[in-house]
Amino acid sequence: MQALSNRKKVLEQKKMTLVERLYLPAIFQGMGITLRHFFRRKATVHYPEQKRSVPAVFRGLHVLRKDENGAERCTACGLCAVACPAEAITMEGGERKAGEEHLYREEKYAVKYEINMLRCIFCGFCEDACPKEAIFLETTFAPASYDRNDFIYGKDRLVEGFKRHELVSPITTLKEAQEANK
Amino acid sequence: MFSLENITNTTHTWLNQTFSPTLALLTEFLIVGVLVIGLFAVLGLVLVFMERKVSAVMQIRLGPNRVGPMGIFQTLADTLKLVMKEGLTPNGADKFLFNLAPFVVMITAMLILAPIAFAKGFQMWDINIGVLYVSAISSISVIGILMAGWASNNKYSLLGAMRSGAQIVSYELSAGLAVLSIVILSGSLSISDIIASQQNGWWIFKGHIPAIIAFVIFIIAVTAETNRAPFDLAEAESELTAGFHTEYSGMKFALFFLAEYVNIFIVCAIGATLFFGGWMPFHIGSWTAFNNIMDYIPSSIWFFGKTFFLIFLIMWFRWTFPRLRIDQLLNLEWKYLLPISMFNLLLMTFVAIMGWYF
Repeated sequence: MQALSNRKKVLEQKKMTLVERLYLPAIFQGMGITLRHFFRRKATVHYPEQKRSVPAVFRGLHVLRKDENGAERCTACGLCAVACPAEAITMEGGERKAGEEHLYREEKYAVKYEINMLRCIFCGFCEDACPKEAIFLETTFAPASYDRNDFIYGKDRLVEGFKRHELVSPITTLKEAQEANK
Repeated sequence: MFSLENITNTTHTWLNQTFSPTLALLTEFLIVGVLVIGLFAVLGLVLVFMERKVSAVMQIRLGPNRVGPMGIFQTLADTLKLVMKEGLTPNGADKFLFNLAPFVVMITAMLILAPIAFAKGFQMWDINIGVLYVSAISSISVIGILMAGWASNNKYSLLGAMRSGAQIVSYELSAGLAVLSIVILSGSLSISDIIASQQNGWWIFKGHIPAIIAFVIFIIAVTAETNRAPFDLAEAESELTAGFHTEYSGMKFALFFLAEYVNIFIVCAIGATLFFGGWMPFHIGSWTAFNNIMDYIPSSIWFFGKTFFLIFLIMWFRWTFPRLRIDQLLNLEWKYLLPISMFNLLLMTFVAIMGWYF
């Protein structure tokens, strides 16, 4: 038969030699492997004290960025909500009043901006759709709660400046991580 | 120097001075009973924790590390969970036998403890047929396992129990022959005599190659006898869910679990006694100075050190090897181990007659 790939190998079933049939060398070899594991550095990451580092492009929880003057960039155009395949984003636009220039960058801003984190699939399309460079996906992740309503993130938890349970980026030893979290 | 012998002797004389001999004896029975149950509880907790840690580090994991420092209270928490659970008895089960089985297994394990010398002069019952007693009593546990499997009215349980029965009965032969080869060397069945005969060196060193072969056969056979991986066909979780204790829950399951670990301790204690001199410190022939230094380490530490080393060895087996098939298991015993151990026994007799051991 013609070989389907260049990796074809004819299997040979040789008779086992006496040493192989004794099994004892193989047994000791196996025990040697487990004994070596005994002294190996353990692969475990002590989550939550210790966290794995994630790349900068990681798609975690969203943040609504502010500009260099500290004014919100979002203009409630709704493009992110349109782009969202999970329909997780809701917003309500409003007009900026006089004297609020330091809070909102343009005349229109988002009065209400909610993301349902249970619906969100963290695809990052909102980030791509945003013309004002307002919404970004950060490296923070894994929120947990007993209440479903806690997963609907309003502006209080989305606008930049809200202090999240931040990620300790490099893997530290457990002791270092515990001290850092104190 | 710390010695358990002094404590027992002081207690014994004080009890006999204070009470009548009968009452003193009864009190001693009571104390021994409490100690045995205490030892069982502690052993269960320690060995289960040890198993979990050993398995973890062999798989490059950390194992339990949340409950208490280094996770040492993990097994305590597990026990608490088992105590809180309901002990179910299935509808179709033979109620009497079903509830009796865990206790049979447990009491068998308790009985075997009787002739074991835990330290110098610290032995419950120094009978002159200690080794015979141990091998006789250890066969009773198979009745408990068969009882559990039969009474559960469950196919998996019955299969597991049958396998376990076949396995224990076959492997007892080579374990017995391995034990016998040491009995030939020491010329006594009594545990204390066997330990005393290792005054100038342990049998595994003094008995040359036949003793080492006997030890290897012994450790393989007891691994099979205690239903441990790679011979854990009786419970084989991937084939028989949990084998003979599939239907058990709560504290009755815990008794089986505990009995398994206590049995491991017991067979390792027997192995340590026969091949590594029990509580006898590491002595080399007539090097008096060296032997005296070794004597400074308490005998109980020697005994538990050796026993726990053997337990570690058995745990090491479990986390290294894949499970055997039932036909491979029985082939190994009847076609290989039994002939080898019979030949080895002959060789040992020859060595003993010719006086080729130290």
